[in-house]
Amino acid sequence: MTPSDRDATGLLTRPDHFVQLVTPAGERRTDAEFDPWVADVDTAALGRLYRDMAIVRRIDTEATALQRQGELGLWPPLMGQEAAQIGSARGLRDDDFVFSSYREHAVAWCRGVSAADLLRVWRGSAASGWNPYDHNMAVPQIIIGAQALHATGYAMGAAWEGTDTATIAYFGDGATSEGDVNEAFIFAASFDAPVVFFCQNNQWAISEPVGLQSKQPLARRADGFGMPGIRVDGNDVLAVLAATRIALDRARRGEGPTLIEAVTYRLGPHTTADDPKRYRTEEELAEWGARDPLARVLTLLASTGFDTEALEREVAEEAGRVAAELRAAITTIPDPDAMTVFDHVYAEPNTHLARQRDHYARYLAMFDEGAAASGEGAAR
Amino acid sequence: MTTLTLGKAINQGLRRSLASDDKVVLMGEDIGTLGGVFRITDGLKAEFGAHRVVDTPLSEAGIMGTAVGLAYRGFRPVVEIQFDGFVYPGFDQLVAQVAKLHYRSRGTVRMPLTIRIPFGGGIGAAEHHSESPEAYFAHTAGLRVVACSNPADAYVMIQQAIASDDPVIFLEPKRRYHVKGEVDETASLADAKPMGVASVAAAGSDVTLVTYGALVQTARDAAIAAAEDGISIEVIDLRSLAPVDYATVEASVRRTGRLVVAHEAGQQGGVGAELAASITERCFEFLEAAPVRVTGHDIPYPPAKLEKHHLPDLDRILDGVDRALGRPNSLSGVEA
Ligand SMILES: Cc1ncc(C[n+]2csc(CCOP(=O)(O)OP(=O)(O)O)c2C)c(N)n1
Repeated sequence: MTPSDRDATGLLTRPDHFVQLVTPAGERRTDAEFDPWVADVDTAALGRLYRDMAIVRRIDTEATALQRQGELGLWPPLMGQEAAQIGSARGLRDDDFVFSSYREHAVAWCRGVSAADLLRVWRGSAASGWNPYDHNMAVPQIIIGAQALHATGYAMGAAWEGTDTATIAYFGDGATSEGDVNEAFIFAASFDAPVVFFCQNNQWAISEPVGLQSKQPLARRADGFGMPGIRVDGNDVLAVLAATRIALDRARRGEGPTLIEAVTYRLGPHTTADDPKRYRTEEELAEWGARDPLARVLTLLASTGFDTEALEREVAEEAGRVAAELRAAITTIPDPDAMTVFDHVYAEPNTHLARQRDHYARYLAMFDEGAAASGEGAAR
Repeated sequence: MTTLTLGKAINQGLRRSLASDDKVVLMGEDIGTLGGVFRITDGLKAEFGAHRVVDTPLSEAGIMGTAVGLAYRGFRPVVEIQFDGFVYPGFDQLVAQVAKLHYRSRGTVRMPLTIRIPFGGGIGAAEHHSESPEAYFAHTAGLRVVACSNPADAYVMIQQAIASDDPVIFLEPKRRYHVKGEVDETASLADAKPMGVASVAAAGSDVTLVTYGALVQTARDAAIAAAEDGISIEVIDLRSLAPVDYATVEASVRRTGRLVVAHEAGQQGGVGAELAASITERCFEFLEAAPVRVTGHDIPYPPAKLEKHHLPDLDRILDGVDRALGRPNSLSGVEA
């Protein structure tokens, strides 16, 4: 590969194998290898995938607004990545287990995580939002790439127990540079772990273009680790579903890991604290905006005679309800009690911490006494 | 004199080091075009080029390990770790390689790395973004650990760290990045106070209060508040956490007879524990009371809405001072 194979932003522009079943213009492409895996997806099912994507987009914009209004401390938007997240998550079985980064809100939605549970962490009210065993989805990971190893270990365990449960690890293009992700590839390949490595290549790791992390399409790396790599249009929900099903099937049949590179784009900022204007252009944004994952599904459906207007209307209504629920959920998240800082540090009693807790309780009590004595809220 | 924020003072210090020695290279995630998530390297890539201010792939072990190789080759890498909690993937390279190579090579190889880490809490951030990892590094022989607390020091100390032939962990109090202060950009480094020496941030006679980084300001506020109660606190800005300038701390404790150490990091095995033990050994006969530690709890850093219950604030520091002075305090009546 020569530098001329990359465009100005460092994006990789020479996909060898690029799985796409629905073009950005909404045309259905045939693909002998991938079509059979989505043969069951009729127009009604495709409509449901559209519904999922539209609702999570609304969740995302609502949460972004909540952050701007000071209700959330931070929010990492997923906008643009709906097809990658919905297509993969809808390929999972309930007993499969998910290890994600901080951006997979759509995956959490598919796993049945409630609005309040989704927001708890971003509001700064709790260390985690849900019980992983309730949803078969781990608490989201902020340390880049660490979850790839966790997923691999979980998958090894599931295989050693003789089940056909699969595990999926979500991470970004930037994460592929971390040692943890590469070590996960090695463990997974060596142990034939039933894990799917799902990389959302959204072109950027905060301000760094994917070209800084890799000279090759990321999917090609799989070969060197001894597993198949699939490069799929991450804005094509049908292709992503097909690719994920193929990888999950391999995992269940004991054939080991697969790396999927879903080529997509982060339309928003990295987080609400980020200013993407500093590092990317309006042209690039517009170019990717034209590959929107939602629009192409609607176009395809319309071309089959499907009543997309009715669908859009219903979905908009439902998304509105979900957004209202999300907003209302804020009021149900209590501000945590001071003494809970000491909870769950250890699973077993710890005398040192018990003493520290006791001392802090006495410290806080001084304020109450001070207030009672002086009629004021301060200790001194 | 110019008025700069602490963040801008570091930026100016980096600029001066880059200009004065072409072996100085900056490396890190998002430090180039973006200028770092805190904008501390803002404008430096445009000024010095992509070979001096290097956006690296997203790998802390990679950054630290390649910096080792660059140092072997005679460079002086200045590494930015984006947030305190992200230093650990590079921890092995740092404590097993960077710290030990001078020793292992019997003095032939120099590791003049500077590892800049925005540290500490108080900004309402998500998990892993508010940690105080200093004790891990202070515990590691071969590493120097320093923390700046104000723009003037930040400007000078970053240049001293880069000029040092030893690896320096340079801790930046992220919640004070925006505080302003006077900086003398013309003063020569040679005349400046060495980064290994502590400062008396406020003079006093009743109790010695030692701290560093973001809490220096809180400690000074505490000294002002205590003065209203007729208590005179001497605030020492430790600046260097490893090695510690015991001469300055000892001289103060010999006068006051009382020591309080405050830091955001947990208590167990922390810098405060080290200071309390060392000062007790060195000044036992001068101490009127046992040294007191006011620290974060021994818990993982809590969610944003609870951080005020973790971080020592003015009232908790004053309570610690009361303990050292035997005045009524939160532990009155509690048996040690
Ligand atoms: C070990 C570690 N280093 C640095 C960071 C800071 N950081 C948070 S997100 C991010 C970029 C991640 O990019 P990518 O993996 O492509 O995922 P994306 O955010 O684009 O979904 C960085 C550098 C971190 N969270 N963890």
